[in-house]
Amino acid sequence: MPKKECVAMLLAGGQGSRLGILTKKVAKPAVPFGGKYRIIDFTLSNCSNSGIDTVGVLTQYQPMTLNWYIGIGSAWDLDRHLGGVSVLPPYVRQDGGEWYKGTANAIYQNLDFIAQYDPDYVLVLSGDHIYKMDYSQMLQFHKAKQAAATIAVIEVPWEETHRFGIMNTDTENRIVEFQEKPKQAKNNLASMGVYIFNWDSLQHYLEEDETDPKSSNDFGKNVIPAMLAAGEPMYAYPFDGYWKDVGTIDSLWEANMDLLEDNPPLDLNDPDWKIYAPNQSLPPHYIADTAHVRRSLVTEGCAVFGEVEHSVLFLGVHIAPGARVVDSVIMPGARIEENAVVEHAIVGENTVIQAGAHVGCVDGEGWMMIDRNAAGITVVEANIVVPANLRLAKGAIVSVTEWQEFPEERIS
Amino acid sequence: MASMLGIINLHESEERIRELTLHRSLAAVPFGGRYRLIDFTLSNMVNAGIHNVGVLLSDKYGPLLDHLKNGKEWDLDRRKDGLFLLPPASHHGPSGHTVTGDIPNFLHNLDYINKSRQAYVLISGSNMICNLDYRDVLDYHLAKGADITVVYSETAGLTKSPPYTNVVTDAENRVVDMAVNPRTPKGDKASLNMYIMSKELLVDIVDYCASRGREDFLRDGIIAQLGRLAVYGYPYRGYVGEINSLQNYYKHSMELLNPAVWQELFFKSGLIHTKVKHEAPVRYLDGAVVRNSIIANGCIIEGAVENSILFRGVHVGRGAVVRDSIVMQKSQIGPHVLLQSAILDKDVQVSEGKHLIGDGSYPIVIHKRARL
Repeated sequence: MPKKECVAMLLAGGQGSRLGILTKKVAKPAVPFGGKYRIIDFTLSNCSNSGIDTVGVLTQYQPMTLNWYIGIGSAWDLDRHLGGVSVLPPYVRQDGGEWYKGTANAIYQNLDFIAQYDPDYVLVLSGDHIYKMDYSQMLQFHKAKQAAATIAVIEVPWEETHRFGIMNTDTENRIVEFQEKPKQAKNNLASMGVYIFNWDSLQHYLEEDETDPKSSNDFGKNVIPAMLAAGEPMYAYPFDGYWKDVGTIDSLWEANMDLLEDNPPLDLNDPDWKIYAPNQSLPPHYIADTAHVRRSLVTEGCAVFGEVEHSVLFLGVHIAPGARVVDSVIMPGARIEENAVVEHAIVGENTVIQAGAHVGCVDGEGWMMIDRNAAGITVVEANIVVPANLRLAKGAIVSVTEWQEFPEERIS
Repeated sequence: MASMLGIINLHESEERIRELTLHRSLAAVPFGGRYRLIDFTLSNMVNAGIHNVGVLLSDKYGPLLDHLKNGKEWDLDRRKDGLFLLPPASHHGPSGHTVTGDIPNFLHNLDYINKSRQAYVLISGSNMICNLDYRDVLDYHLAKGADITVVYSETAGLTKSPPYTNVVTDAENRVVDMAVNPRTPKGDKASLNMYIMSKELLVDIVDYCASRGREDFLRDGIIAQLGRLAVYGYPYRGYVGEINSLQNYYKHSMELLNPAVWQELFFKSGLIHTKVKHEAPVRYLDGAVVRNSIIANGCIIEGAVENSILFRGVHVGRGAVVRDSIVMQKSQIGPHVLLQSAILDKDVQVSEGKHLIGDGSYPIVIHKRARL
């Protein structure tokens, strides 16, 4: 196979457990975002727009939707004869096989895949983040610095540094220390989970990491610290655009709401950096005479007869006459029926909110509530029917097989 | 299902819709916010399991080729069969006379038809807007033991505005007469210009006409043969919009604002596929007041839009009013502009405060890339 200068490895096997019922049936990268996208579209589009045409996508948790969605990569122009997209699940070898134990182990298990392309550089990405970034510029930086590894970093508020991997750098951007989720951070440059490695260094440190039985085989916890300890030249590549880890209900909701601003920090309309997504062949949306749509995103296939305010409607959503949707994220194919109200909520794919039901009301009841969201965002699972006139409490996380009321005290 | 070849015949009259066909063929006229006319016929074919489609090109086919490319959006990028773009006869060889009919185009591509593996062929124009299941038509054709089956509509009112082909059938739905633009039609049945026949019969018809210097597929190949062949009519009762004039274009566009029509056309027997532009969802900003309209992805709306159709990537500025209008791809409506009963072709820019007002039955048309 002909040589590729740079091969991308996209980690897409994570559960995203903090998203709870939203990732019950899909991996986090397959969670819908921004009206017509899924989270992984941003990373795959970045690859395509950066001229990186060889991408391995590592899957493990609930891969069905991802497999269908990625297909042969046509949506991102990654259906290439040489290179293109390859979905890489764990597999069995002659001496047995095992699940991906950590981010580093997932790449380790696919060293042969990378070796086929004899690359100079390997770009390691995570399919969990919403951002637009030109990886080719980062690669130039990496080459100019003659680094063994380059880690993209973004400034985060000091009070949030404990959630991230923090890089301490010198004036030349060389990383002098790495702190994984520190209690007392010395810097506020957080790792974005975007790494470029020289292929031979990556191979060496992954093999070494694999021989350590105590390692959790994770880039942040093990591989990066090991490289630093060995004195490898490692640099932080500063990124100053929009970047969001949509790993929690709150951040997913917020990132959707960010798109409703006048000049959204993430511009989806930029013709020079389009975000691609597989096309579902739905018609332009219809706004009826009875509808009021204010400060919202509305996508193909929607039909709006009711009121929509400060909300994101995904593909093929139906809002019936008299229904009211405020401050909410309505995922693909959901139906909000006559006079139903949805406030401050995330409604899962294909879920039906029947007539007169009220999702997210202050005096609502704990029907089928399995958890409570502290920020007050109500979440309704995908593919369920919320019966007519039911009142669901604000902040309830609603998952159901059969409707029954949960008293508050049973919710832990 | 027996196998069927699809042929889309673009030899179509553009006389009454010149405003929109100056630089493109009728098949490539934008429609419904994100489509071109040919998408409906092509998608209906694909949705009925037809995997081999030949498009008999006519003229001004640049925009159409750009639209169809390799057929990928319709799942027609295939190793075996797929999409075939068939060049017209008049553009090839030193034919001494002016070609007036479509038979030479068929003849010029007879090799393609002959070598296709399908037993039956569906021939259709590109300008009928409907969501029709061709499998039903083929079943009907086989059940009737017909030589040719012509799809017609009695309810769409096609005989009210020429050009049309009047169809007259007997009690068994056998076609006893057909006429192109007769002064007084017999009854309300009009052809949808869709025919099913065996591939052999198509080859025979083309050969018969060509060898006798006859050039009109419909008049010479079908109408003249009504006595000799068993031609049956298939009654189609769904929604049909024939786009053959600017008035019809406007009328049928506005009918999309009826949710029942929107639902039927875009969802009934299958989805309508088109070239994908990867536009973001529509942004409704402060000042957006949208009523009874169809809005395609990529639009940004800061003004009022009523009874209108906006194609992909249109920007409606602050305080602008767009009423009873059709605004095609990437057009920019400046602040405080008033558009009423207007059709803006692609990439038109209307600067701040301009008023463009057409008549309800005769909308004004602004040409592609105009700067106002």
